[in-house]
Amino acid sequence: MLKAKIFVQLKPSVLDPQGKAVTNSLSHLGYDNVVETRISKYIEISLDTRDIAAAQKQIDDICNSLLANPNTETYHFVIEEI
Amino acid sequence: MRVSVITFPGSNCDHDAYEVFARRGHQTKMIWHKDHDLENPDLVILPGGFSYGDYLRCGALARFSPIVKEIVGFAQKGGMVMGICNGFQILTETGLLPGALMMNRSLKFICKHQYLKVESANSPFTNTLTPGTILDIPIAHKEGNYYIDKQGLERLKDQDCILFRYCDSTGLVNDATNPNGALDSIAGIVNESRNVLGMMPHPERAATDSVCSQDGTRIFEAIECFAAGRA
Repeated sequence: MLKAKIFVQLKPSVLDPQGKAVTNSLSHLGYDNVVETRISKYIEISLDTRDIAAAQKQIDDICNSLLANPNTETYHFVIEEI
Repeated sequence: MRVSVITFPGSNCDHDAYEVFARRGHQTKMIWHKDHDLENPDLVILPGGFSYGDYLRCGALARFSPIVKEIVGFAQKGGMVMGICNGFQILTETGLLPGALMMNRSLKFICKHQYLKVESANSPFTNTLTPGTILDIPIAHKEGNYYIDKQGLERLKDQDCILFRYCDSTGLVNDATNPNGALDSIAGIVNESRNVLGMMPHPERAATDSVCSQDGTRIFEAIECFAAGRA
């Protein structure tokens, strides 16, 4: 079995209102040195295969076709044996 | 006019849209998202709601419903498609319209009456309206903050694709009259072929005498006028 650990992040050019709200809250907690917070999605997908090269291609396809919106998001992932 | 209103699991404005078109005398049909036949419409409505519970991203999963393949083919042949609120989100996810709808800058669900300025009469959806016309049409969304990259925005402007902007009662378009942070106050756009409209406001909620604004009828009248001219 393989597990893909996938991160889907907003592009730097896209405003992140949630991240901004968290930065404000951290400031209220006294963390005055927090300059920026960006909220991302973390997705795990388990695959019934041992072929890492094929899994990388498959996860890349999955990210492109569904998990990330290319207009606003980027993604990266790592694949581990489990 | 023959109108097909699509229902996805989680759609909740499909019956409102159906009622408006049926009351206006059109042959209106409800189409389930698993169907493969649009039943030969002149106009397809993708209604508001929360298709697939807004899981992953609003509209992202609806894109894979069987009927969407038919809608893409219909649109590519020039058929009129109107996506309202969640319907707009689905159209961007499908790629029939550019850009994306992000979370409102306030992080809040906003449900209120909103003034819109008509920016272009060059579409089936606005052809009877004069640019500068102000419409009072409700909004109800949490993810209506329109985003597109810089080149995309320039292209929308160059191709006259921005149909509606948020404004106040005097037509003022600025940051203070922008309810959700949408780029350039964009409330509704049309594709470059001008047959696919996406808009966050709900004209179907401003189209009967029982509600306080009937300005949505101005858009439906424009569609009817266009369809009559084409028939």
